[in-house]
Amino acid sequence: MNYFPDEVVEHVFDFITSHKDRNSVSLVCKSWYKIERYSRQRVFIGNCYSITPQRLIARFPGLKSLTLKGKPHFADFNLVPHDWGGFVDPWIKALAKSRIGLEELRLKRMVVSDDSLELLSKSFPNFKSLVLVSCEGFTTDGVAAIAANCRFLRELDLQENEVEDHRGHWLSCFPESCTSLVSLNFACLKGEINLASLERLVARSPNLKSLRLNRVVPLDTLQKLLMRAPQLVDLGIGSYVDDPSSEVFSKLKAVIQLCNSIRSLSGFLEVAPCCMSAIYPICENLTFLNLSYAPGLQGNDLTKLVQHCRKLQRLWILDCIGDKGLGVVASTCKELQELRVFPSDPFDAGNAAVTEEGLVLISAGCPKLNSLLYFCHQMTNAALITVAKNCTNFIRFRLCILDPVKADPVTNQPLDEGFGAIVRSNKSLKRLSLSGLLTDQVFLYIGMYAKRLEMLSIAFAGDSNKGMLYVLNGCKKLRKLEIRDCPFGDVALLEDMGKYETMRSLWMSSCEVTLGACKTLAKKMPSLNVEIINESEQLEFSLDDRLLVDKMYLYRTLVGHRKDKPEYVLLL
Amino acid sequence: MSPPLLGVEEEVQSSVSSPSVECISENGMGLKERNYLGLSDCSSVDSSGVSSNLNLKATELRLGLPGSQSPERETELCLLNLGKLDEKPLFPLLPSKDGICSSSQKNVVTGNKRGFSDTMDGFSEVKGYVYTEKSWMFHEAGSDSESPQSVGHGKYPGNSGVNVILSTRSPGVQASVKQDEPANVLQEQPRATNGTSLKQTVISNNNTGAPAAKAQVVGWPPIRPFRTKTLAASSKNNDEVDGKPGPGALFVKVSMDGAPYLRKVDLRTYSTYQELSSALEKMFSCFTLGQCGSNGTAGKETLSESRLKDLLHGSEYVVTYKDKDGDWMLVGDVPWEMFIETCKRLKIMKSSDAIGLAPRAMEKSKANNKKEFGYGC
Repeated sequence: MNYFPDEVVEHVFDFITSHKDRNSVSLVCKSWYKIERYSRQRVFIGNCYSITPQRLIARFPGLKSLTLKGKPHFADFNLVPHDWGGFVDPWIKALAKSRIGLEELRLKRMVVSDDSLELLSKSFPNFKSLVLVSCEGFTTDGVAAIAANCRFLRELDLQENEVEDHRGHWLSCFPESCTSLVSLNFACLKGEINLASLERLVARSPNLKSLRLNRVVPLDTLQKLLMRAPQLVDLGIGSYVDDPSSEVFSKLKAVIQLCNSIRSLSGFLEVAPCCMSAIYPICENLTFLNLSYAPGLQGNDLTKLVQHCRKLQRLWILDCIGDKGLGVVASTCKELQELRVFPSDPFDAGNAAVTEEGLVLISAGCPKLNSLLYFCHQMTNAALITVAKNCTNFIRFRLCILDPVKADPVTNQPLDEGFGAIVRSNKSLKRLSLSGLLTDQVFLYIGMYAKRLEMLSIAFAGDSNKGMLYVLNGCKKLRKLEIRDCPFGDVALLEDMGKYETMRSLWMSSCEVTLGACKTLAKKMPSLNVEIINESEQLEFSLDDRLLVDKMYLYRTLVGHRKDKPEYVLLL
Repeated sequence: MSPPLLGVEEEVQSSVSSPSVECISENGMGLKERNYLGLSDCSSVDSSGVSSNLNLKATELRLGLPGSQSPERETELCLLNLGKLDEKPLFPLLPSKDGICSSSQKNVVTGNKRGFSDTMDGFSEVKGYVYTEKSWMFHEAGSDSESPQSVGHGKYPGNSGVNVILSTRSPGVQASVKQDEPANVLQEQPRATNGTSLKQTVISNNNTGAPAAKAQVVGWPPIRPFRTKTLAASSKNNDEVDGKPGPGALFVKVSMDGAPYLRKVDLRTYSTYQELSSALEKMFSCFTLGQCGSNGTAGKETLSESRLKDLLHGSEYVVTYKDKDGDWMLVGDVPWEMFIETCKRLKIMKSSDAIGLAPRAMEKSKANNKKEFGYGC
């Protein structure tokens, strides 16, 4: 390759799009490093504290698309206190000062302020795409700034964010000249919007492919929107309530027949089950169906709907579908690759929840299944072993038995054998979440068989340090390990400190790790930030090394301690 | 026979010590007057000895927590285990009272090596929940026309100074404590991070699959609060969609005698008196409206007279509301929909102050109290 001019090599690199491959390519030699860095347009940073924006900008002057992730995954479950960090502001400020022509920003679990959004909207004339997932800290004013100032905006995708609604008619801030929208998702916004503005916006967006509405958009507006945008590929319905005999509903039925490009359907935040029949015509072509926010649909409504969805590849649903309903899914959706079953009532076992039976049916009926998130009230080893026999393609397997340490109800055994079977037969497994009663044995299996495992989530499991050690020693590709309430302590933590440099992060909370061990680790491994999160009021950071640490989060970094840590975080 | 009642009360009063619980402080006075609230009892754990933990063998102990699943869903075997298991975590330093489940105690220790002080800190958090459930359970036990107080009485004298919350569990009893908004629990969690370990201790002991403590574990089940909140809001709205009118929320102030500050509740998030009751109970921990529809009569908004009696049974407090005309009325007389349309404000007042609101009911309650005393304890 030394004989080729740079331009040729660069052209070859254009075909290399995955981040991993690009990273590998850049390590080959200095010349390739240089060519790669100048031609790189998309950068993914899994932990915003692993690098600084300045270094990013210095290395990749051609940056167009940046993906940033902030808080650790367990922050999703209230385990990380409120102002821990993950602020996007310094990034946007730094990028704004530079010559970077940012076009796309994708953030997950970060704190975003209105000011940041405004700065973003004004600093990058070619800005095209903003995707915010599970972020917080901003209001509809910030959204309005994006709408108003990003003249070529193509994508505004707000997923599951905590947004304060200032009812400021952000939607009306899209200028009349804005006709470039391809994707608009505001399902997570709670407040009122100007429906007329929405209609006009959709009418002047011929390229609109994805539209996800929030709860306040009523059915008659939906009907008008679909009239304007029959080319939609992805639709998120807000409110789906009407009298089936009404004229509006008939119009809706008619217009839905025209929307034969819709492949993805979600929402139904408010729904009248009797209106679901209008949807059946588009069910035939659906590849993604997300009804996990539609508690208004009962088991048989769901089952009836699913029967029409033969081409479904991804299904997100509430557990009120029941085992029987899952049986219907299994016999109908032969193309199913991803299934997520969420609990409709996490704290109450009473409802028609799902059990191991549903999962077994799915595994038997859906040979292409590769991704699972399953909340249930019980699971048996036998079921898991059967699932492992039926499905060997799992990439993601996340099982959450709602009762934290529940054993196999039939045999009263821990679920070690069941999960062991899963990891043994699914050699491509990249992500695993465990639950139920588990001993060290399951970790022995994981260490032995889960050779491609990249992310592991453990809660209330294991008996001793051995458990954690099995995992750390066996899972060579492990990148993220998050542990809560397990009896893993200093011995496990300190056994192989170099391992953590090969991983993105480690989270341990309510385990048996002492402050002293964390200090030792931090001292020996300067390339790691070891953060202790300590929120209890009565406890000052007493320097007693024997103190058990409540929450520890460590991650590799190139830039040392972060400057924005809150009071309660101790950086060792 | 009032003496035992009073005796316990006094003890309760004296043992409401300073390792104060948030809910104690919220309900200062009210707590003292409750004779079967474990809160006060629990404090006595520290002060008084273990001597009193004798007759507990005969008692099925259950440290249930609000939002727990109804007990009858578990097998009876589980009930027994549950009671015993649950008991352990809260008193890790006490000797095994009945000699039961010492193994589970080990589980406790293995799972969470928290110093005692940590435990006790978390304790305060859990207490509120635990004891709320306790009083709740009591009512359930007594919901079949017998006064729950009598049941309580039956236990108490033998356990004077008992430091564990007692509740009888009859298999057929439904725990009506519902988590009407799981989001609330999740949102409440953060302030309880001190007690995380403790709660988890409680959890880890529920090896029989007790859902009881489930609701109290921070961050479990692992569901994003966004999802729980959205689902809750959707459920609420869907109820409205089914024919009931009413947009938006209906917040009314709730005050309670002796509480230092008021609260607000959104009446639209509930559909029965029962739900409101449990929510208020959680809010004002040691308060209870008593049972509504606890025996499989879910969805009934109208309270029969007998249930109203149950409502007031064993309760030193009644819930009243101010209607559109400015009159103070007893909650529970009218159908739910009518209630939320006319209710402007809620007030939890002492029964004694509530005289005149529903004289019939009060008299009945008093009459029953007298009966209980007569049982001898």
